[in-house]
Amino acid sequence: MNLLDPIIQGILLGGLYALFAAGLSLMFGVMRIVNLAYGDFAVLAAYASLVVVNAALVNPLVALVFIAPAMALIGYVLQRTILQRTLGLSPLPSLLVTFGLSIIVQNLLLMFGSADQQRLTLGDIDTASIVLPLDIHIGVFPLAVFILAIVILSALSWFMASTQYGRLVRAVSDDPATVELQGVNPKQIFALATAIAFGLVAVAGVAAGIQTSFNPTSGSMLLIFAFEAVIIGGLGSLWGTLGGAMILGVAQTVGAAFAPAQQILAGHLVFLIFLAFLPNGISRRKVRA
Amino acid sequence: MLQVKKLSAAYGQVTAVRDIDLSLDEGGILAVIGANGAGKSTLLKTIAGQLPAKSGSINFEGQDISALPAFERAKRGVVMVPEGRRLFPSLTVHENLQTALSSKRKGFWNLENVYDLFPLVSERKDRRAGNLSGGEQQATAIARALVANPRLLLLDEVSLGLAPAIISELYAILPKILAQGTSILLVEQDVSQALKVSDEVHCLLQGSTSLAGKNFDMAEISAAYFGSEVKR
Repeated sequence: MNLLDPIIQGILLGGLYALFAAGLSLMFGVMRIVNLAYGDFAVLAAYASLVVVNAALVNPLVALVFIAPAMALIGYVLQRTILQRTLGLSPLPSLLVTFGLSIIVQNLLLMFGSADQQRLTLGDIDTASIVLPLDIHIGVFPLAVFILAIVILSALSWFMASTQYGRLVRAVSDDPATVELQGVNPKQIFALATAIAFGLVAVAGVAAGIQTSFNPTSGSMLLIFAFEAVIIGGLGSLWGTLGGAMILGVAQTVGAAFAPAQQILAGHLVFLIFLAFLPNGISRRKVRA
Repeated sequence: MLQVKKLSAAYGQVTAVRDIDLSLDEGGILAVIGANGAGKSTLLKTIAGQLPAKSGSINFEGQDISALPAFERAKRGVVMVPEGRRLFPSLTVHENLQTALSSKRKGFWNLENVYDLFPLVSERKDRRAGNLSGGEQQATAIARALVANPRLLLLDEVSLGLAPAIISELYAILPKILAQGTSILLVEQDVSQALKVSDEVHCLLQGSTSLAGKNFDMAEISAAYFGSEVKR
């Protein structure tokens, strides 16, 4: 059996998962919020893109130019109005509230969309592929998503490392009360981080909508993949998250090569192995309490 | 420039400071002294805005700031060096200083002048703040506050846990800060250290003022400090 092909496909799939996981990891890292509605917002972005595509007859990438800022704005408002109130010593309020949001978004989508499987399309690019030696076919779109993921993660890590807002985001995850002593409203920084996360989730949701398909309830599965990527990669490390996403992708595609029906199970098993033997993830950063 | 009137503050139901009156002039310095748990840090936190005032007023440059959030007060120039330094451990020393640029206050204290004042901090620029010694942390914390160009600098227990040589080094810097027109309100447990920099003291005992003014002898101060009768 040729394992090279599934490994390459898995790495590319990891790019998509990394796009999902980056925003989740950012929100957890900065605010210690586990956003259970994260996958549903990705699906929401995909549906919104579908509406724009059908109404304006543009392709989904053009739609994304509007959807991503709109989602970022939703994230900002959501953080300032609702999520901010759930922050505190206990993680429970934010879990309950985001779980509630998840149900609300799913049901709104069911009301205004339908329970059918939907997908976004870029036309011929969807199925176009590059043939490499050894009879390996690489899909043009998965390759583009992988490259996009690298570009976005690079941009994000540059932003975090080198801009004043990036510094404040890191400072606020260390100590919000002291950030306030520097003349900065920490709530503003939290909202900024959420806006970035929601912008990312829009990109990830539309990319997933082109690469596979979606329905109103498919957000939960996306959330689980993003979680697994974050845990395998190690909490709070952006490049660790990319590594985790690629490991998860490879686990799924290699698993599928042996037992096509058990693709997702294979991913979960590898995740559990990491959780048992390397609970801090591959970047091995200690998680601060 | 700062008038505190009848200020009280509480942690939940427990009143920690009660009816405090104090005032500070432009470019002046005042030391708040008192034993552990006397309410010194609470007073400072209430002035900085980390703790809400229960009653009373805090007048700063002619305005009552007691209802403003801490970040608004910092933007107006009330900047605190908190108890325990509270640097951002995952940021470098330089980045810690840069965070204070967000107060957007212009003045003498830019990064360059602050580094000139603290050569030690300048040498540790690229070190993570989590990997500094206590003295280096305290110097960095003061440097960070200065970058915000405070009109009023609140210093909480500068000497806590530091070697005497380092304490005098840090205290030697205060006149240079005052010289730029900044007022300093400092909290200090060590009375002799406080008296070296400030003629005027304000002594707290169990949350209330027990002594305030100038030119007290040691016996009067220790009576106010410990709450015992003055023996003459």
